[in-house]
Amino acid sequence: MFRTIQGAGLAVTSGLVWGGYVHEGKSAPLVLRPPGALPEDPFLAKCIKCGLCVAACPYDALVLATPGDHQPIGTPYFVPRKVPCRMCEDIPCVPVCPTGALDPSLVTDENEQGRHVLNINRARMGLAVIDRETCVAYWGIQCDACHRACPLLDKAITIDASRNERTGHHAFLAPVVHSDSCTGCGLCERACITAKASIFVLPRKLAMGEATNRYVRGWDSEDEKRLKGVSTDVTTRTRKSEGDAVDYLNTDDLMSPE
Amino acid sequence: MHGMIREYRFMISRRTVQIALLFLLYAGNAYGWTLFVGNLSSSKIADRLVLADPFAVLQIFAAGALVSSEAVVGAFIVLLFFLIVGGRSFCSWVCPVNLVADLADWLRKSLRIDGGGSELRVSRHVRYWAIGLTIGLSLLLGVAAFESISPIAMLHRGIIFGMGLGWTAVLAVFLFDLLVVKNGFCGHLCPLGGFYALLGRYSLVRVAHDKEKCTLCMRCFDICPEPQVLETVGKQSGYIQSGECNNCGRCAEVCDEEAMGFGIRFPSAIT
Repeated sequence: MFRTIQGAGLAVTSGLVWGGYVHEGKSAPLVLRPPGALPEDPFLAKCIKCGLCVAACPYDALVLATPGDHQPIGTPYFVPRKVPCRMCEDIPCVPVCPTGALDPSLVTDENEQGRHVLNINRARMGLAVIDRETCVAYWGIQCDACHRACPLLDKAITIDASRNERTGHHAFLAPVVHSDSCTGCGLCERACITAKASIFVLPRKLAMGEATNRYVRGWDSEDEKRLKGVSTDVTTRTRKSEGDAVDYLNTDDLMSPE
Repeated sequence: MHGMIREYRFMISRRTVQIALLFLLYAGNAYGWTLFVGNLSSSKIADRLVLADPFAVLQIFAAGALVSSEAVVGAFIVLLFFLIVGGRSFCSWVCPVNLVADLADWLRKSLRIDGGGSELRVSRHVRYWAIGLTIGLSLLLGVAAFESISPIAMLHRGIIFGMGLGWTAVLAVFLFDLLVVKNGFCGHLCPLGGFYALLGRYSLVRVAHDKEKCTLCMRCFDICPEPQVLETVGKQSGYIQSGECNNCGRCAEVCDEEAMGFGIRFPSAIT
């Protein structure tokens, strides 16, 4: 009887420690997955940690996380500053995944003939963000390295030109990233000339906010269409607005909440 | 020389298979050889056939993920293979931790590390509880729970793709086996071994014992990493029934009377 209790106790305690370790090991917000990867939680569930994607990468960009890497153990990831994703047209890393943790349908287009064609530009491995304080282009120096390195030049990274008032002779040729096109390949991060890259790829969840619907952008004719058919005779009633505005100052408990 | 080879014939074969598989997988990543790519969790043969660790796929199912059919078929192929050639043959013919565990066991004998009865006693059933915990935790956490801590995976991934700090897990298994419990990891804790042991009850290729040739010298008991499976030795001819036997063949190697050997036990429905 005691042995059973002892055994059960051992099972529960080791299960708690084991489970705690595994659960903590899942949280690694700064990890960049191969193209076509599922969102992180389903990815971690499906990834069988076989390394077929790592073996398939012709540039050795992908590595399997080893103990001590501070990443979910055994899963594939890449560090753009070291080896960025070269955006192979045939995307060799994705079809080779045996479990579907890397999903070819996420990087596939259906063309006019209805055939499925791989399209690496649909990859969303991350989003490049720029530190304007360290980027020399924002200081007024002509750089252009990230813009030129970007495989989606003038789509994912565009140059915003503006006058440099300080010198009166020069232009700011400032890089701007566009999240609808950026694949997160990190060629820009690798090309950046500063000591620590001033343009760097972050997981999209970290790099992006989420827009609110509450404001109608009047300058955008598309957005203005949201007002079509909306009733104009809506009056908002609150407890305070029930009475007459004139009586507001005549209430006894002016300062207390009603 | 010839006698030496005969005396270690299964050991030599096992090491050849273990090392060859690891080398092919290593070359698959380092040199781009396509014969065998991936690792022991999942792999691809000749760019065509996908294989997968059935225990890992089971954990992924428990984690709530439906893997693509390639992995499911691959897991079934491996399952069927070991169902035929012996469940725990994986342990002694494929698994890289076996080299570590065998080294520790040999050192224990050579250095006479023996508690003389006062050692820590761990039940050989803990590995089955570990299977239960693995499935339960996979269900709760939504991730393959044993794959996240497996020293087997850390070792083969480490050899093929890069060790990192994985050597610490391997060292832990080695020291546990050397100093704490004889055949500690493989014989008591490992749920993958437990999984294959459950399969192994039904396997065809098994160790067979001929009682008529047995002189009760007990050398097989001495060398066996799972001596509890040898309960019929010296008592009754027949096949070793337990799935816990890992088909290492050491008993056949050390037996001077050839009372132990491999055989194929056909299911009674066929014979």
